[in-house]
Amino acid sequence: MAVELLRESYEIQGKNYDKAGEVSGEIKVLLRDLGIDAVNMRRVVIVAYEGEMNVVMYAHRGTLTLVLTDRDINLEIADEGPGIPDIGLALQEGYSTASDEMREMGFGFGMGLPNMKKNSDEFRIESEVGKGTFVFAKIRLNANA
Amino acid sequence: MKLHEIRDLLQCEVLAGEDNLSVDIHQVVASDGMSEILAFAKSKELMITGLTNIQSIRTADIAGVSAVLYCRGKRPEKKVIDFAKEKRIPVLVTKMVMFDICGVLYNRGLKGVS
Ligand SMILES: Nc1ncnc2c1ncn2[C@@H]1O[C@H](COP(=O)(O)OP(=O)(O)O)[C@@H](O)[C@H]1O
Ligand SMILES: [Mg+2]
Repeated sequence: MAVELLRESYEIQGKNYDKAGEVSGEIKVLLRDLGIDAVNMRRVVIVAYEGEMNVVMYAHRGTLTLVLTDRDINLEIADEGPGIPDIGLALQEGYSTASDEMREMGFGFGMGLPNMKKNSDEFRIESEVGKGTFVFAKIRLNANA
Repeated sequence: MKLHEIRDLLQCEVLAGEDNLSVDIHQVVASDGMSEILAFAKSKELMITGLTNIQSIRTADIAGVSAVLYCRGKRPEKKVIDFAKEKRIPVLVTKMVMFDICGVLYNRGLKGVS
């Protein structure tokens, strides 16, 4: 059994583009202070950042929970929002429903979920249309050691 | 190549990290798409972009690049520069366009990431 060492939750506000990415920036500082190696830290913060941006862009509000165990880092991103009607389609590289405003910010090229999946050892999405989306990602700490 | 050599080569103005220009640059990642930077950057490269909002520096921090270069003379707002200083990421701006910047750096032996 993995031993849980730390659990931290962060609120994410939908449509708040000024704050978008703050949570992931905080997580980077936290992981660096904890002495997590650079490769794994990078994978975690990329997953967190793309996930955070999706909540900001598409949902009303959300919570990102980081769980550190002696073996891995888990990210749980739960939002209240429109949900994803076709998860398979959303996971395809290049598929995006982003607005022009989001593209101007440098996002909305349909690479977020693929980036998240690529940087995770386990990756899962659950969604209910009209309710919200839940994304789970696990990054194993020994996988790149 | 040192960052200060890149500054001279591209006639850049330094907006942040003046005291940090001795960092070594081996590779370049260039895009206006932040997810693309995140997908290809392997850390420690020079990031070249035309996107000057706060997300450009957030992305630079998350991707772990060594410096940010804005092209086409595009200058970010002060809060973006302040944020880069806080994150200790050197920021340069040149009047050159992306294509020319990449050509010059490529000729000097820098390579893209893939
Ligand atoms: N949390 C979410 N809530 C609702 N829809 C989402 C969410 N995350 C992603 N999506 C949908 O999946 C698509 C693909 O997402 P992603 O791969 O991150 O690319 P992008 O954000 O660049 O469009 C989005 O355009 C959007 O339609
Ligand atoms: Mg996205």
